[in-house]
Parts: sequence; C-alpha cells; structure tokens
Amino acid sequence: MTWWPFARRGLVSIGRVALVGILSFPIHLFLVILTVFSWLSTVLGVGLVFAPLVQLLVRAYADARRDLAREWAGVEIPRPYRPRPAGAFIGSPRRWMWLVRDPATWRDLLWLVGGAPLGLAGGLAGLIALLYGVQGIVLVPVIASATSGWYGYGVTWPVDDLADFLLVPPQGVLITAGALYGGPWLQWALARYDHSLLGPTRSAVLSVRVDRLTQTRTQVVDAQAAELRRIERDLHDGAQARIVALGMSLGMAEDLVRHDPDAAQALIAEARQASTKALAELRLLVRGIHPPVLAERGLLGGLRALALTLPLPVAVEAVDGELPGRPPAPVESAAYFAAAEALANVVKHSGATAAWVSLTYFGGALYVSVGDDGVGGAAARAGSGLAGVEKRLAAFDGSLRVDSPPGGPTVLTMELPCALSSPKISPSSATG
Amino acid sequence: MRVVIAEDLALLRDGLIRLLGAYGFEVVAAVDNGADLRAALLAHRPDVAVVDVRLPPTFTDEGLRAAIAARAEAPGLPVLVLSQHVEQLYARELLSDRNGGVGYLLKDRVATVGEFVDAVHRVAGGGTAMDPEVVSQLLARNAGAPTRALTPREREVLGLMAEGRSNAAIASRLFVTEKAIGKHINNIFAKLELPPSEDDNRRVLAVLAYLNA
Repeated sequence: MTWWPFARRGLVSIGRVALVGILSFPIHLFLVILTVFSWLSTVLGVGLVFAPLVQLLVRAYADARRDLAREWAGVEIPRPYRPRPAGAFIGSPRRWMWLVRDPATWRDLLWLVGGAPLGLAGGLAGLIALLYGVQGIVLVPVIASATSGWYGYGVTWPVDDLADFLLVPPQGVLITAGALYGGPWLQWALARYDHSLLGPTRSAVLSVRVDRLTQTRTQVVDAQAAELRRIERDLHDGAQARIVALGMSLGMAEDLVRHDPDAAQALIAEARQASTKALAELRLLVRGIHPPVLAERGLLGGLRALALTLPLPVAVEAVDGELPGRPPAPVESAAYFAAAEALANVVKHSGATAAWVSLTYFGGALYVSVGDDGVGGAAARAGSGLAGVEKRLAAFDGSLRVDSPPGGPTVLTMELPCALSSPKISPSSATG
Repeated sequence: MRVVIAEDLALLRDGLIRLLGAYGFEVVAAVDNGADLRAALLAHRPDVAVVDVRLPPTFTDEGLRAAIAARAEAPGLPVLVLSQHVEQLYARELLSDRNGGVGYLLKDRVATVGEFVDAVHRVAGGGTAMDPEVVSQLLARNAGAPTRALTPREREVLGLMAEGRSNAAIASRLFVTEKAIGKHINNIFAKLELPPSEDDNRRVLAVLAYLNA
C-alpha cells in the first residue's frame, strides 16, 4: 500500500498540530495572565520572587516547545537567553534585572500571546479539513440529504440528483488528500512561527559570539603571556647561563694557556661541552615554539616527521594526497600542536597498536582527524590534554569533536576555519 | 680531497672552510643558496659536500632538496648534511636511494673536530654518518621485538654501527677487541634475521633500513 506512508505522515502531523493547538490555548492564556500579573506584582515587592519563578515556568514550557519543533518539524530553535550572571538567585534584584533586560523574556511573552490563537486555528483547520474530506468519502452527505431533504457537500450544494451524488466522493478524496498533504506543512509553518519568536535575534546571536570571542581572546592573551614568561625563564636559566659559563671557561683558559697548557685544555673542553648543552637546550626550546620541520615542510610534512618519532606506527595522510594550499602560519601551528597533543594522548593513554592522522580542507575549514585502535573513553575533561587542545583551537574559532566509546576506537576531529594560501611554489623547483 | 660547502651564514661558512682547510681538504666551492649548490655539485663533482639543510631563498629545506636532486643525477655523490635539528623524515629521505655516501649530523657535532673530520672522511669513502640523536630515536622506536632479544651490549654495538662507525672504531670506543665486535655483530644480524655481509657500508645500510622500516 504505497499511499499508507503518505497518509500516515499526514495523519500524524494533523493529530499533533490539533493536540498541541487545542491544549496550548489554555496553557498560553494561563501563562500570559500569570506573566503579566507577576510583573505587575513587582510594585508590591513580591514580584521580585514571583516574576523569576513564573519565568522559570515560561522558559521550561518554551524549551519543551523548542524540543517539539525539532523532533516533529525538524526546525532547530537555539535558546536565546543571556547567560545568568553570578549571584543572581531568585529574589535578588540582579535576577529580576537580568530577566527584564533580556529581550528574549519579552519575545517569549509575545510568542505566548500570538501562539494561542494561531495554534488553535492551525490545529482546528487541519482537523476540520481532514474530517470534512472523510465525511465526503463515506457518503454522510448522501445519507443526510436522504433523511432531511436538504444537504450539500463541496461545490454541490445542495445535493439534488444522481449527478450531484456522483460528484461527492471524488471531492471527498481530493479534500482528504489535500488535508493529508498539507498536514506536515502546517506543522512546519507553526514551528517557523515558534522559531521567529523563540529563537535568538540576529543581534542576540552576535552578542553571544562577542561574549565567546572576548572569552577566548582573554585566554589567548593569558596563554601567550605565560608562554613568553616560560621562554624567557628557559633562556635565562638554560642557554644564557651556559654561554656565560662558556665565556668564563674560555677567559680562564686564555690566561692559563701559556704557563699551564694542560689546565687550559681542560677548560676549553669544558667550554665546548657547555656550548653543546646550550645548543641542545635551544633546540628543545625552538621545537616547542615552532618546530623547524613545520616551517620547512608544512603541516603534512611536519606531522609525518612527528609520527616517525612516536613508538607506534602512525599513518599521516591528506585526503587528496596534499592540502590544496598552506593555512596561515598561526593556524598551521595551532593545528600541528593540537594534533601533537592528541597523538601524545594516544601514546600515553590509549594502549593503541596503531594510529592515523588525516588532513582535509573542506568548506572553508581545515579538518585534522586523529584516530587510534585503543581502549577509547577519551574525553575533554577539565585540566586534561584534550581540554588544552580545545582551548588552543578555540583561539582560532575552531572546535574539537571527541568520538571515543568505551572499548574504542577513538577518533578526534579538529576543525579550524581558515583560508588557504595558493599552493606554494615547491622549493625544489627553485633549485633547478 | 675536494669538497663543496653550502652554508648561508658567513660566520659558519668561513669556520667550515678554515676547519676543513686545516685538515687537508681542498674547498673547491663555497655557496650560500640551493640553486648554486646544485650547480656546484654537478659542475665540480667533489669528493664530498658539506651542506646546510636550510638555505635561501626559501629558508626551508632547500639544501636537503638540492643534495637529493644532485644525488639523483650523480648517484652516490657523497653528501654530509648539517642541521640545527635532526628529523627521522630527512634521514629516511637521504638514505632512501640506498647508495651510501650519506651523512646527517647536528651542527653541534662540528665542535668535536676530530669526530667531525672522521665523519667527513667516512662519507667521502661511501660510508655513512648518522647523528647519535637520529640513531637513539630509531632505537627507541624499535624498542619492541625483535630488538628486545638483543643484550644491552649488542644494542650498544647496534647503535654505534647505525651511526656508521667501522668495527675498529666501535672496538676502540667500547674498549674491546675487533674480534669481539665481529662476534656481537654476527649475533645481532642473526637475531634480526638480516643477511650477513662482509662489506661495512652495506651492513650499515642494512641496519638503518631495518630500523627505519
């Protein structure tokens, strides 16, 4: 029965719209009255407690309707409410002001007011259209006309003769089919209404984004300052100190070289060792700031070089063989260190026997996936390496997705929005 | 012995010229960029080249690429590559043609003049000179079977062999006889199931290929 899925879809959506429309009418009315009364009661002082309580109820109800819009009509409605400030407990003026100042509070009220008649009208319209169509098919009008002598259906009004009688069922079929076809659309249209008032406005979306950017910028500035302090300290205590010692050894050797060549030679050997150690420390430091191989070979080559130093086989590939260009240096570096941290996690925690890294550029973003065949159960817990990865990526508006069921396998996907520079001129061609 | 030097920092270039000159090398060309290096290598066909990885104009791995390209045209052209950092990736690329006559060392090693000059001679003679850091990374990666079957002494010998040192050099460093080293090496080859070979250079390449796999 090929028509059954179609009919089912129509019946289900008409049923839902009718149920919600009819039930929501009294609910909306009740909530509107409650809301208005709660705000007015602020004059008496009790509103300080009453209004926030009512808003809790309103928002819970709106949330339920957002869920329904997503489940039933596939319309995603993000919550538009501003984050609650610290110390805004129910009864505090801060809580009250937070609610009053949030435009979403008033848009909720508007939605309640408009949604009551609209929901009811929509719900009844679907139901009535469907019942009227079915009525035509099962010949109720004929029976009615036979008993009372005066009845009509659709365009045949009244039903007088056989021709009129024959026109009734096809009309009923058409109207039923129309109602069934229109049901999902009606459901969608009402969800769009919800979306228009329950979703965030453009300015709300932007303000959330500004908040997020402010937060990540602060994190980046802090992290950078800490990083610079660490580099300064490493240089000061490491390479600089060793070079000072080296200078001292050489100076003493200079004095001794005439009358005690053996002692001078020992000092010079000491100086050479100090220079080797200073170089080793500088090398380690440079690798932590910006790995030379990353500058020389780009992300793919840099990660391949890194993979060769790990104790398990790691296949590093770009989906199309090569990335179509190079990301800006800061993004490249962030992607490298994020992937390096992810691989370090694989080595430390996963117990994996093999891992892979896959790079691709798609739709204006660089994607780096790191997978392993280990035990799974990875999560970006606070203070964990993965939380660090998340922060690193957030600085570039990127994100981390962790897919790691217990028992594995684990796949981390890092997304970094960026533009690629046009493919670099291969360095080898410059030598020819 | 004729040598070509490629190094873009004047201070280091002059140092290398002076150092190699003092040890009897004849510096036939000293260049400071990748394009000149490749031209000089193919024009002079030196007995050995000492090349910095990072050169102008791109300041990436210009020197390495020029050396590999020149070796593709003149197989076995001995090249000793110097760098501020060592990468397994680069070592692998240099060794991939399996022709020998390859060196890859940290720039710091130049300070130990005797060993450095020894390495240049070794590379010129078709041998190998791998930086101890490359070798220790390779050994760390291969910490699992079957290198686990090696005794600590055998691992030590394997490491020195992978650096490209001759039996005599290994023996004197470990204060044992050459005969004892020969025995260790036979054991290592048996345990790693590598085909035995009398030729030193071939043996080193076999070990590096094994560790690199």
